[in-house]
Amino acid sequence: MRSIDRRALMTGVAGLALAPGLVARAAPAPAALALTEVAPGVHVHRGRHALFAPDNAGDIANTAFVVGREAVAVIDTGGSAGVGKALLAAMRSVTQLPVRYVINTHMHPDHVLGNAAFLGEGVAFVAHHKMARGLAARAERYLAVNRGLLGEDAFAGTEIVMPTLGVSARHEFDLGGRRLVLEPRPTAHTDNDLTVRDAATGTLFLGDLLFAEHVPTIDGSIRGWLTLLDGMASESAARVVPGHGPAALTWPDGALPLKRYLGAVAGDVRRMIKEGKTLVEASRSAATTERGHWQLFEEYHARNVSAAFAELEWE
Amino acid sequence: MTCLIRSAAAFAMLLALSLAARAAGGDADDVWPSLKKDLFGAREVVEDAAALTLEAPYRAEDAAIVPITVHVPAAIAGTVKGLTLVVDKNPMPMVAKLTFGSAAGSGERVISTRVRIDMYSNVRAVIETDDGRLLMATKFVKAAGGCSAPALKDADDALAQLGKMKLRSLPAQSSATREAQVMVRHPNYSGMQMNQLTGLYIPAKYVSEMEVKRGSELVFRMEGGISLSEDPNIRFTYGGAAGEALEVTAKDTDGNVFTARSEATGS
Repeated sequence: MRSIDRRALMTGVAGLALAPGLVARAAPAPAALALTEVAPGVHVHRGRHALFAPDNAGDIANTAFVVGREAVAVIDTGGSAGVGKALLAAMRSVTQLPVRYVINTHMHPDHVLGNAAFLGEGVAFVAHHKMARGLAARAERYLAVNRGLLGEDAFAGTEIVMPTLGVSARHEFDLGGRRLVLEPRPTAHTDNDLTVRDAATGTLFLGDLLFAEHVPTIDGSIRGWLTLLDGMASESAARVVPGHGPAALTWPDGALPLKRYLGAVAGDVRRMIKEGKTLVEASRSAATTERGHWQLFEEYHARNVSAAFAELEWE
Repeated sequence: MTCLIRSAAAFAMLLALSLAARAAGGDADDVWPSLKKDLFGAREVVEDAAALTLEAPYRAEDAAIVPITVHVPAAIAGTVKGLTLVVDKNPMPMVAKLTFGSAAGSGERVISTRVRIDMYSNVRAVIETDDGRLLMATKFVKAAGGCSAPALKDADDALAQLGKMKLRSLPAQSSATREAQVMVRHPNYSGMQMNQLTGLYIPAKYVSEMEVKRGSELVFRMEGGISLSEDPNIRFTYGGAAGEALEVTAKDTDGNVFTARSEATGS
């Protein structure tokens, strides 16, 4: 026991002494991200299922790009400028066409903090028209918190890049013989979710309206989200790209686990409200049957329940 | 942009300083003595685990909605005339001050609400008995950012619903003690949230007063502040038989008045 302690202590001390140098070298340098071409010209990088940490540099959400004949559109940029640069590097191994659009599917830091890597002439930053408001209100906190979580090295160069174009109704872009159809959605995962359809391949980018494997997080409206998923089930798609999970899933089947989770949370929370239970009781016991089906369950589930409770007790 | 980054750095520095102070023993960090003086003057405030308990999560799931509950056992409840809730480290530490009336009941008194917590802090409940004693329960809560976090998940909806109230009767605790919950749709702007479009801070605007009555008798009157969460929510016990309706009047700092009346309570 004592020898283990001593070793741990020594490692700790050595780690402290070496930390700055080590971190600088080991920081996930903007090597190119791994890509999967889920359909012709549609490339997806799969983020890890993790919290922001120095060893992932904020590469914890899916990012993607679509290549047209004249230009490229990027869809979400990862959680730091470093991840954004690594996505750009990967893209340059596929195409030399200019990036014309950087689209953010919603305001969360793991999807927008890589935007800075794409700043340049002729690049439009595009989002749901309500994203600017939501992101501006949270910007300072996102920067402070994620700088703390990633450390200065992994965070270097990261800044908030606001949208230059807000989408308030169905909108189309042309990448040269390739149409992207953007659709702002009503409040669900957040109040600023935007979906993107690549008309050529029928690929639908859902951002965090779709989670797989990684437990969903509710920062909008659980009622709105369930309603939206029901409505979207009739939209056809050859494949969908979730914000967290595999590079591509089938639709609408790919949303079944998510619907089951949200349904379980809403069902249990509604029942407990009716029974006069408190928010604390609900966050301890609602939808615990879902534990084991999801990664990062302990990190987010109780918070989801408390958000659902605060919303549903107004019904 | 530089301003955002600069203040983020300042925030990190403050955090580091406060952590350092805590690691160094925490005394330099203890704001309670001066707070106590502001709130209660020279009077003595005594920790008393037999007189009241305070439930609060050690680590909050959401710093903008931290649920807390105060229990006062029946043996003491009848003598309690006031309750003050405090979050030491918040910019406005006094969360709420309740004054109880004759309809507050004599059974176990349970008051629950949700608070914002801006940084790791002690949370306190102080009751005042009718013989003038101040008795306290304290819990340390790890949460951060509750006052500046834009809790508004759907910003448009929050404003559209402002002023909507709900008064729920809950299953009776016993024949003499009943329970109800009052909810007010209100953003309870803390004055620390930024208006995205103007870049200016949204002025504080919050529910500052609330009065709950059963018939002509007072259950409690409350003074509230920005440390109460968005959509102020208070669950409380009160005395009385079935069948008497409750009435609530709330006011915010802009002078808006909101009222609600419960359906006559069943059993």
